[in-house]
Amino acid sequence: MKIPLSWLQLTHEKMRLAVAIAGIAFADILMFMQLGFKNALFDSSVRLHKSLQGDIFILHSQTDSLVGGKSFSSRRLYEVMGVEGVKNVSPIYINVTDWKNPITKGNRRIFVVGVNPVTNLFTLPGMEETLPLIKQPDVVLFDERSRGEFGPIKQDFEAGKVVKTEVANRQITVGGLFSLGASFGADGTVVTSDLNFFRIFPTRTKGLIDVGVIQLEPNANLDVTLKKIKDKLSSKDIQIFTKEGLIEHEKSYWQKRTTIGFVFGLGTVMGFVVGTIIVYQILYTDVVDHLPEYATLKAMGYGDNYLLMVVFQEALLLAVIGFIPSLGFSLFFYANTAKATGLPIIMTVTRAIMILLLTMLMCTLSGAIAVGKLRSADPADIF
Amino acid sequence: MQTLFSNADTNEKENLENVMVAIRNLNHFYGEGALKKQILFDINLTLNKGEVVILKGPSGSGKTTLLTLMGALRSAQSGSLQVFGKEMMGAKKRELVKIRRFIGYIFQAHNLLECLTARQNVQMSIELHPEYSTSQAKERAIAMLNAVGLGDHLDYYPHNLSGGQKQRVAIARALVSHPKMILADEPTASLDSKSGHDVVDIMQRLAKEQGSTILIVTHDNRILDVADRIIELEDGYLI
Repeated sequence: MKIPLSWLQLTHEKMRLAVAIAGIAFADILMFMQLGFKNALFDSSVRLHKSLQGDIFILHSQTDSLVGGKSFSSRRLYEVMGVEGVKNVSPIYINVTDWKNPITKGNRRIFVVGVNPVTNLFTLPGMEETLPLIKQPDVVLFDERSRGEFGPIKQDFEAGKVVKTEVANRQITVGGLFSLGASFGADGTVVTSDLNFFRIFPTRTKGLIDVGVIQLEPNANLDVTLKKIKDKLSSKDIQIFTKEGLIEHEKSYWQKRTTIGFVFGLGTVMGFVVGTIIVYQILYTDVVDHLPEYATLKAMGYGDNYLLMVVFQEALLLAVIGFIPSLGFSLFFYANTAKATGLPIIMTVTRAIMILLLTMLMCTLSGAIAVGKLRSADPADIF
Repeated sequence: MQTLFSNADTNEKENLENVMVAIRNLNHFYGEGALKKQILFDINLTLNKGEVVILKGPSGSGKTTLLTLMGALRSAQSGSLQVFGKEMMGAKKRELVKIRRFIGYIFQAHNLLECLTARQNVQMSIELHPEYSTSQAKERAIAMLNAVGLGDHLDYYPHNLSGGQKQRVAIARALVSHPKMILADEPTASLDSKSGHDVVDIMQRLAKEQGSTILIVTHDNRILDVADRIIELEDGYLI
């Protein structure tokens, strides 16, 4: 093996290397956090959707998000019953209203979901066991991961107390807990039966539903059945999705209607720029400090390409060794952020690879600016 | 008649192989337009194989310029400059770089790479010659450092070596790939008289063993005794 000049050059000055690694790691952590938050926020908005046990979904054509959508006639959903391959259909009623904190008596907006208590539509922890409880009048299930502003519901309930409070000025009892998590649209969620739903919202009628959930026979083909359903319900007042489609539909609403994507995107770009500047500074100083040595190498017969390669190798080495600690730190911060905010902030392989590539791009870019200085390594000048 | 002719031909050929550098009517200028200044005037010089030549002269007389021209570090402007039989006038950059691999340089400042050990510094020079494997390169670097008396300092970084030791590493680096010619620019300038003379002695001894030509630019009179020939430059003219 030839003498690995770039590696030796980098590691010779430990202090400078440490500063460089810290700088790159900082930039990487910044990018990781920004992208992590962005995706966590989008993911949080579809947690309920992801938990739905259904294959095909119907929404009103003007519903962009389950928070604040429009209702449509339940007849549309029941028409589907006749389609071959459909096993079961279930309506979901949704409304947002005030929840009174039982301690402070302050009101807070909560997401109320009404379902038929006979069929469990959610794959949420705790739902299966507690669902029958909502057959009782004015009993609701409370999301234990709702934000703290709703009161110490979980603590009180687990302590064995009877938790009573008001939802839309109607007294209700918390009959059980399930686990979902807060999102953009909903700080907290309760699930109750369709009958209780109409008790809480007397103005709502049974004929107007918010989501139609369609479960297929195990042997039914999704695409084929979807096509049949679309043909049957060809009117313009509703839209029909697969589960992935429903999730995408909700995500795209938050992506387009909010500045989240932009804000966190900007944060990521800033991380990139900061990183580029740091790496450029390091590489430039490195090149300037070694100009006489580089000129000597040229005098010995090393070509420009060799020196370019040395600088770019240094850049890529920096990228990789700066990335590793940043990945560790980000995993740590992700875990802590998830604990503190309840946001589903997780590291994905795709994101890790993307940041690694961005880091390499960042370092190569800095290297490309820094090598401009290499031209002044003229061997004729060092004599 | 015919024999005579062919004899003359052989002589000429031998002569050519013996000549390392041939300079004819070389002029060199710095600057452009009104600021153009001539540094070298009508230089004629031949360096033969195995010769030790000292080039002396006051500062600003053009010594270094002449050295860098011979070392293919600068492009020649007018006249003729042949190094190892190759014309340097109008040579491409790539050709200049190639020629440099057969020249060993010793600089006034040792210019060793700070991040490399003495052995690695010497090895950098051999790695330009792909015919040597890495282990061969390593062996030769060690042998050369032994020859300059630094066998026990192989893994020292330049930072931990004295001025004389650094200059000896630089000599080892210049000589290790058996260059045809050694160019040394004030190699003793930063050394005391004892280590200065030691350094030049080592350089001369090793170059003689390898049959390399040496050109030393200096105004250090203490080392003039190693020269086979002394030439002097003044105000750009050889005298």
